[in-house]
Amino acid sequence: MASSYNAKDEDGHHSGSGGPAGPGVNKSKKPDNTAFKQQRLPAWQPILTAGTVLPAFFVIGLIFIPIGIGLFVTSNNIKELEIDYTGVDPSSPCYDCAQNYSWNSTAPCVCSVEFTLDQPFEGNVFMYYGLSNFYQNHRRYVKSRDDSQLNGDKVSLTNPSKECEPYRTNDKKPIAPCGAIANSLFNDTLELSHVNPNKTRTPITLVKKGIAWWTDKHVKFRNPSGNSNLTIVFQNTTKPVNWRKPVYELDPSDPENNGFINEDFIVWMRTAALPTFRKLYRIIQKSKDNLTPTLPRGTYVLDITYNYPVLSFDGRKRMILSTISWMGGKNPFLGIAYITVGSICFVLGVVLLFIHHKYGSRSTSADIPN
Amino acid sequence: MLRRRLNRLLGGDENRVDSRTIYVGHQPCSATEGFTPPKFCDNRIVSSKYTLWNFLPKNLFEQFRRIANFYFLIIFLVQVIVDTPTSPVTSGLPLFFVITVTAIKQGYEDWLRHKADNEVNKYPVRVLEDGRQTSKESEKIKVGDIVEVIEDETFPCDLILLQSSREDDTCFVTTASLDGESNHKTHYTVPDTEKDLESLSATIECEQPQPDLYKFVGRMHIYKPDQDPLVRSLGPENLLLKGATLKNTKKIYGVAVYTGMETKMALNYQGKSQKRSAVEKSINAFLLVYLCILVSKALVCTSLKYWWQSRDGQDEPWYNQKTQKEKDTNMYLKMFTDFLSFMVLFNFIIPVSMYVTVEMQKFLGSFFISWDKDFFDPEIREGALVNTSDLNEELGQVEYVFTDKTGTLTQNNMEFIECCIDGFQYKYRDSRTELDGFCVTDGPVSKLQQKAGREKEELFLRALCLCHTVQVKEAGSQVDGDQVDGLDHLNPHPEEEERGFIASSPDEVALVKGAMKYGFTFLGLESKNMKIRNRQNDVEEYELLHVLNFDPVRRRMSVIVKSKAGETLLFCKGADSSIFPRVRQEEVERIRMHVERNATEGYRTLCVAFKQLSAEEFALADAELREARLALQDREEKLMAVYNQVETGMSLIGATAVEDRLQEEAAETMEALQGAGMKVWVLTGDKMETAKSTCYACRLFQRGTELLELTVRTLEEGGRKREERLHDLLLEYHRRAVQDAPPVKGGVTRSWSTANQDYGFIIDGATLSLIMNPSLDASSSRHKNLFLQICQNCTAVLCCRMAPLQKAQIVKMVKNSKGSPITLSIGDGANDVSMILEAHVGIGIKGKEGRQAVRNSDYAIPKLKHLKKLLLAHGHLYYVRIAHLVQYFFYKNLCFILPQFLYQFFCGYSQQPLYDAAYLTMYNICFTSMPILAYSLLEQHITIEVLLDNATLYREVAKNAMLRWGPFLYWTVLGVFQGLLFFFGAWFLFSNPALQDNGQVFGNWSYGTIVFTVLVFTVTLKLALDTRHWTWINHFVIWGSLAFYVFFSFFWGGIIWPFLKQQRLYFVFANMLSSVSAWLVIILLILLSLMPDILLAVLRRPKSPRARQKIPGQSSAGGTQSSRSSARPLLMRTFSDESNTVI
Repeated sequence: MASSYNAKDEDGHHSGSGGPAGPGVNKSKKPDNTAFKQQRLPAWQPILTAGTVLPAFFVIGLIFIPIGIGLFVTSNNIKELEIDYTGVDPSSPCYDCAQNYSWNSTAPCVCSVEFTLDQPFEGNVFMYYGLSNFYQNHRRYVKSRDDSQLNGDKVSLTNPSKECEPYRTNDKKPIAPCGAIANSLFNDTLELSHVNPNKTRTPITLVKKGIAWWTDKHVKFRNPSGNSNLTIVFQNTTKPVNWRKPVYELDPSDPENNGFINEDFIVWMRTAALPTFRKLYRIIQKSKDNLTPTLPRGTYVLDITYNYPVLSFDGRKRMILSTISWMGGKNPFLGIAYITVGSICFVLGVVLLFIHHKYGSRSTSADIPN
Repeated sequence: MLRRRLNRLLGGDENRVDSRTIYVGHQPCSATEGFTPPKFCDNRIVSSKYTLWNFLPKNLFEQFRRIANFYFLIIFLVQVIVDTPTSPVTSGLPLFFVITVTAIKQGYEDWLRHKADNEVNKYPVRVLEDGRQTSKESEKIKVGDIVEVIEDETFPCDLILLQSSREDDTCFVTTASLDGESNHKTHYTVPDTEKDLESLSATIECEQPQPDLYKFVGRMHIYKPDQDPLVRSLGPENLLLKGATLKNTKKIYGVAVYTGMETKMALNYQGKSQKRSAVEKSINAFLLVYLCILVSKALVCTSLKYWWQSRDGQDEPWYNQKTQKEKDTNMYLKMFTDFLSFMVLFNFIIPVSMYVTVEMQKFLGSFFISWDKDFFDPEIREGALVNTSDLNEELGQVEYVFTDKTGTLTQNNMEFIECCIDGFQYKYRDSRTELDGFCVTDGPVSKLQQKAGREKEELFLRALCLCHTVQVKEAGSQVDGDQVDGLDHLNPHPEEEERGFIASSPDEVALVKGAMKYGFTFLGLESKNMKIRNRQNDVEEYELLHVLNFDPVRRRMSVIVKSKAGETLLFCKGADSSIFPRVRQEEVERIRMHVERNATEGYRTLCVAFKQLSAEEFALADAELREARLALQDREEKLMAVYNQVETGMSLIGATAVEDRLQEEAAETMEALQGAGMKVWVLTGDKMETAKSTCYACRLFQRGTELLELTVRTLEEGGRKREERLHDLLLEYHRRAVQDAPPVKGGVTRSWSTANQDYGFIIDGATLSLIMNPSLDASSSRHKNLFLQICQNCTAVLCCRMAPLQKAQIVKMVKNSKGSPITLSIGDGANDVSMILEAHVGIGIKGKEGRQAVRNSDYAIPKLKHLKKLLLAHGHLYYVRIAHLVQYFFYKNLCFILPQFLYQFFCGYSQQPLYDAAYLTMYNICFTSMPILAYSLLEQHITIEVLLDNATLYREVAKNAMLRWGPFLYWTVLGVFQGLLFFFGAWFLFSNPALQDNGQVFGNWSYGTIVFTVLVFTVTLKLALDTRHWTWINHFVIWGSLAFYVFFSFFWGGIIWPFLKQQRLYFVFANMLSSVSAWLVIILLILLSLMPDILLAVLRRPKSPRARQKIPGQSSAGGTQSSRSSARPLLMRTFSDESNTVI
């Protein structure tokens, strides 16, 4: 095709270049013969036909169903125990604490919930607290924080962001950490002890390290630098309104776990996605010898220092004990979803095979003629 | 418009009147009149829109006048003013980007315009001032200045030619840069002006500036010291237009009449067609739907929010107190700002980027048309021209094609075939010797083989030689090849240099050449004397007294000449219908037979008549003509009246037949268009018989086609009143074509080639005007309706004897008929401009009748055959591309925003965004924009070759098939399905947020990131599934976008960004990827989202391949048939039978 054009081209040139009469007008505008400009770029033209999709469906089915079964089994093997200790029901041990709650009571209200484990919990056991109907994802709430203050910025420490309003200052002093999230830090204390057959109690060690994201603990959250004594660092600030103690005294047992880098605080600061959520509270490490389960079968007592009011907004508080697998906590959804999707694929594969078989002889040969 | 009005106001009283008076050389003309120099605008051309100072405000104002930009500006302002969930940056940044890019582009274009303006305005010109030549900058020329222009210079303003260096007081001009016509045009000096311009004292009265390049009316008063003032008429032949170039003339002097922005060139500057495509209408409809969705979403959320807040303890729990300001705000004001906040939160559903992408697609996509080398025509050395990129997709939607005949279906390359003198047929045969190249052939006529009398022969040939406006191209002058005619190689006088003719119409050249074959050669026009060489090789001279120009209404032209012998003769040539009534009736019959036979053979026929004018007759005619020419107002009408008066009582001497060959592949192209479901209407000014035979030759009418005729002839058959007959005929045809036809199911998409009867409809101009503007008001709309219905049921319609305006009328009628079908007009001449402008898509052919059609068209192609690829391949692909682009954009933003909407139900209707601001901003700009742009530029769901081979594929996209509510619903449902899937998939996963194997939990930003990741991958892979044509560019942008998303997410979450208030995404993405569950859920959701599409693609499959496979067989059969036919001459067996019935 190109050659024929060239041949004609010569003629055209001969007559076209007759004179300088219209140099601008008569200029040749022959388009370039490149693959791109002629829309002839080499191209792969895949066509989805029953023939190509069929095996894919079978393969997906064959892969998804085992994965789903694996996930389902894994999820089922995860042991989980939930205890609601809000104290709505008068029979509940925490009923009194819940009913008599007042913000300015100095004496902490303590209640104990007894529960039984029918099955031993093996491996590391994770202790969560769960809240319901608590809108940590409310916009006013989510934005009510100052990340540069939490990152140790000294200017923000004494002059927190406007976003923290109305938890920005108290008595003309800047609040550290400021904002609604920090102010509402979950402050119930949960303690767990095993009730021995002889009714004596063995307290269970609850580890508070490793409950927050590593990057949060080490990079995102930082105490203001300058002095190792946090009291001095935070001296020009005041504690959040609802807190009982200042931020540098959050963990009396471990000085490295105070200030903004307190792990309970960091966990709380990661706002939950949905109004019903759980947050990691403590870890019960598996026993060293691996012979005895971490939490053997038996009766346990959960001692709660009831500080956190939820009834005012119709909330619930739970304590959750859970083992963990490679896929995280117990969640049958993934397993079921995978099995379902896998089965659907498989069924579709069969249907398609039927269609393919019926129309197959024609549709395979009927590719677009190029 | 505004500027003109302003000019008028500023110009004072002088400019308000209908004419302006110009003092040539600024010389006061009479002592009695006080000389007040009238004010006109200066000669500065300002094509630029902006100056350095007003660029920013003016450009911003222009941009925000667009409704979309304004909407986004409002959203942005709401974000700035009201406390909204997303920062103003999320919508401000894209808007800023769009505005900046547009501003830069417009600024650059304006800078170029400034540069071009300066070049023109600062160009040095020579002006005669007080008898001296002074050099000036072009912009300083004033009206009335006498300007000197030398060869090859362009005229700096509109000038009246006063003096030329050529002896015959003419000059040659090309208007290539004005209208693209590169032939030389002759302009004349005003007669009787003095050679000494210094002492010339004259005024010019002329009309106010108007944009028509070919019209000018004026009058010049020349004052001489001791005589009465002379008055000379001025016409377009005296006016040299700014922008035209002087050729073949050493220098000229002219007086400036229009300057600067009042020149005809400047007045023609604006006037780009403002056509909007059907796709754009669909987009607007969809936008409205989405706007409704947006508003209802916001309303639902606002009302739910207040319902939710009214419950105990939810509005303001202890952990989440309101600020003092919030508490103080009025409840209703708060409701309103909440509503606005929701609007802002969901506004991404109507993205800025869609406008940008659509614009970009159209702009870049149109290059493929001008780049296409298949459109390159080696003869004129030009390819296709795209005048607007707004209508690319419209090319894929055409339902009605209106085509001109001459120059479009036919080549407009005329060849003299035969003539008939006094009833005897003469046919020129090349085989004979040239000296005796004049022989008589035996026609079907029962006449004996004999010649007409020698006298008549010679009279006829002289008439051919004299009655025209052809110029002889000077041998010395350098002219380029692509003129109206080629060089004439048939040279009976070898001693002479090659002779070329220049004429406005190729018919005339053909006739002059025809006469040459018979021994009469036109030698040229020298100072009003026409010279011809007769058969005896003697030179005869005739003084040209008047030319009664051709016009399409009169359909004839005449010359009045005076022979050496002193006889005054009028020669007239024109269409038979316009000549026959003006000649003696007894002469008509003998010639009519020939004319009709020639016409059925597809030749263009002209009749030649003459009349000898007595001295008194001439004196009268001369006076009337001069008077009419001098008229300032209604000159056209007056001239016409005089012409009609003069051209009466002539005697018919003969007729000519000129062949206009069919364009290359005209038949195949028409067949392909019909195969593609388009209805082809031929609108021509030509005779019915000629046009009909062309239609047969183009296979528009076929052997089996039943012709329904509605012409003056059929109307007169019954002998009753025309109106009654028209009514009866319309009813009868309606019954035949509409009522008896099987009910049409699929509209245009129905197959034509089925067994049912094909109808062809023929109507002529007179009948059409009877239908369009009948005297009886009541039946008018009914007639029109019947006519339209009949036409719509015919495969082809032929409208002959059409005036240009009637062509537009027909296009308009069809355009506004039920279902508002998309129309396309194609033509090459000035008479097609009106229909080109009227139709949805106007195509100009770069033909021989000048460039007016091309200038006014939306697309211009060199040949008719290119129309096939333009529509079937380019149009189809552009339509599919843009339709997919639009649907995809709405879809991807629906499933982008739906999860955010659903999230409101779980965050207390607090307008908490689900995605981080960076994701909200970048989604449409970076993550998902490039793949769809690449798709919309490169996709060929069916390759070009297949599209060209199977015209029927065009029907698959007919009637806006991909942008109707059905497909829109499909995409919307898909978007909703996927949005639901994304959100609830993640929701179920987050029923236990402990997703990491170390027991740590994920927060709301992880939730959003998971949904967003699924979203980006799904919409990109969905596009990948739809892509049928994977070039390396597609691979690059699709996989590149996904890689970029991953890379960006790592990068964005990897650093504590000092300028961010909140480090929301810090390591969120990395942590997400460390969770196996997140991986699993992402894979699952992507797969599940794509499942419906895969299934549909597979289930749709078994049908179409078979359908497509069948087509090649059909069309290849048709192809061989048509290729055979195209090689044949115009005359075809199929209608030779037909033609017998006519005679």
